[in-house]
Amino acid sequence: MPLNNGVVHVISIDTVQKTAATLMAKAAIEIPDDYLAGLRRCADTETGDLSSFVIQAMLENYEAAKEDRRAMCGDTGVPRWYVKYGNEARVEGGPVAMEAALRRATAHATHSVPLRPNRVHPLWRTDHNNNCGIFAPEIDYAFEPEGDWVDLTTVHKGGLFGSDYRMLFPGDGIDGIRRFFLDTLIGFGKRGLACQPAIVGIGLGGSKDTCMVLGKQASCLRVVGSRHPDPKIAALEEELKDLGNRIGMGAMGFIGTSMVIDCHIEVGYCHTGGMPMSVHMFCLSSRRATARIYGDGRVAFRTDPEWFSDYMRRADVEWTGRQTLAAE
Amino acid sequence: MPGLKTVDLQLPATTEQLRGLDIGTVVYLTGRVFTAREGVYKRVVEERHGLPAAPEILGRVNFHCSPAATIEPDGSFTMGAVSATASFRFAKWLDGWFTLSGCNIIIGKGGMTSADYRKLFVPHNAIYLTTVGYGTGALLGRGITRVADVLWVEELGLAQAVWVLDVVRFGPFLVESDLAGNSLFERENAKIAANIAALYEGTKPATLRRYGETDDKTDEVI
Repeated sequence: MPLNNGVVHVISIDTVQKTAATLMAKAAIEIPDDYLAGLRRCADTETGDLSSFVIQAMLENYEAAKEDRRAMCGDTGVPRWYVKYGNEARVEGGPVAMEAALRRATAHATHSVPLRPNRVHPLWRTDHNNNCGIFAPEIDYAFEPEGDWVDLTTVHKGGLFGSDYRMLFPGDGIDGIRRFFLDTLIGFGKRGLACQPAIVGIGLGGSKDTCMVLGKQASCLRVVGSRHPDPKIAALEEELKDLGNRIGMGAMGFIGTSMVIDCHIEVGYCHTGGMPMSVHMFCLSSRRATARIYGDGRVAFRTDPEWFSDYMRRADVEWTGRQTLAAE
Repeated sequence: MPGLKTVDLQLPATTEQLRGLDIGTVVYLTGRVFTAREGVYKRVVEERHGLPAAPEILGRVNFHCSPAATIEPDGSFTMGAVSATASFRFAKWLDGWFTLSGCNIIIGKGGMTSADYRKLFVPHNAIYLTTVGYGTGALLGRGITRVADVLWVEELGLAQAVWVLDVVRFGPFLVESDLAGNSLFERENAKIAANIAALYEGTKPATLRRYGETDDKTDEVI
């Protein structure tokens, strides 16, 4: 059923492209409020002198970026898109026009912000100097049962260090999860390769590819302070956050307590014999920006992607409008 | 910041000036620096193309960096943010590179091993400065007053090209290796190592092992 008394609104592709262009710049330049607040808490509690110095320099860097309208980090990551459609949303030209608009916005912003042209062919190292190429930028989709809006989120995640995947088994248990979590944080935390303090995302379960996707989205698309709706998973998020900050390692791998700004876990049903796990770290330049384009053409910018929802995490065959995670 | 010594260095720096820099010192640079990474190293050290310009033009400070920058149609430059890329991948070219380029300061991300410093840096009286964060790309971008030239754009593309930059109070950086080849990161790793066994106490290695990995958590993965 269309909303708005049966009037079907169509979102203009021009609005999509203009919004996408604004999002590209916002993500590159403005540190999201939730990450910033988390880092300020680290600054207040960090006792390591070198780690404190690093955090202070980063806080100054965010200010400089905003003042100058300059990207906050010279490695501007690999831009990608997350698109969420309300079930009643219609976009002029359909999904193909949407993808074209997002690719254009990515290419134009690479020149205008400017961003570093990071995307190259894996073998020939061909660089189009616009962050577009084969399967780049990635565009992922999700849907919500109601609404005539489209949410656009861009994430420009750094790409080289801080992520890992491992097939664990039920017998490895929660201890196995703790251990792989520590392995990844210690391995990539030394010398600050992961550019911590980071938002650590953990994918548990799913198929192997889903496991990686869930962990990455947990780090990049949930805000600092958010908790999984299953209270036991929420408790594990708290526990792992605390464990990470007890390694003794701060920013750049110097002695300190600032390793994890927050820890987010997403779970998906997996093969009965396994317990795959992935770990991802969203860095000191946690670049993300979101906008909702309503059917009537209004655009509202925000920093919370609101990506994960009860609908997305649904467990039953039919969607009944309510999630029952705690009963699992 | 209390406790951290800060030094302003005028480039090019003499060996005497570098001798005064202890690991963990905060450094700001004024003078000329240039970017060069694997694309340049391969061309200069392996393919023997010669340097992209005379050493007097390039300066003696090699920054492991691809800037977020644009060359406008009129040939002018828009310099956005600049941050370093991880340096440990470039160790294999450095001996030849120091000999050919005459550099005595490398700026990058994360440093190299002290074994590399002793083998590659110490004989050339060179030190390593690490960027901070990483990275303070906007602050570093502010420190660039002029793009003097961009070389090998056609050959290597924007990201791997040689950007020749005039900088004023460019930083902050931390002294990661000194002229004796000591490493700040390794000093910190050694302190952190004392706590690691306790974190893992009571856990056992994963059921399914992996080939070739270390299970000594005091090791590094680089």
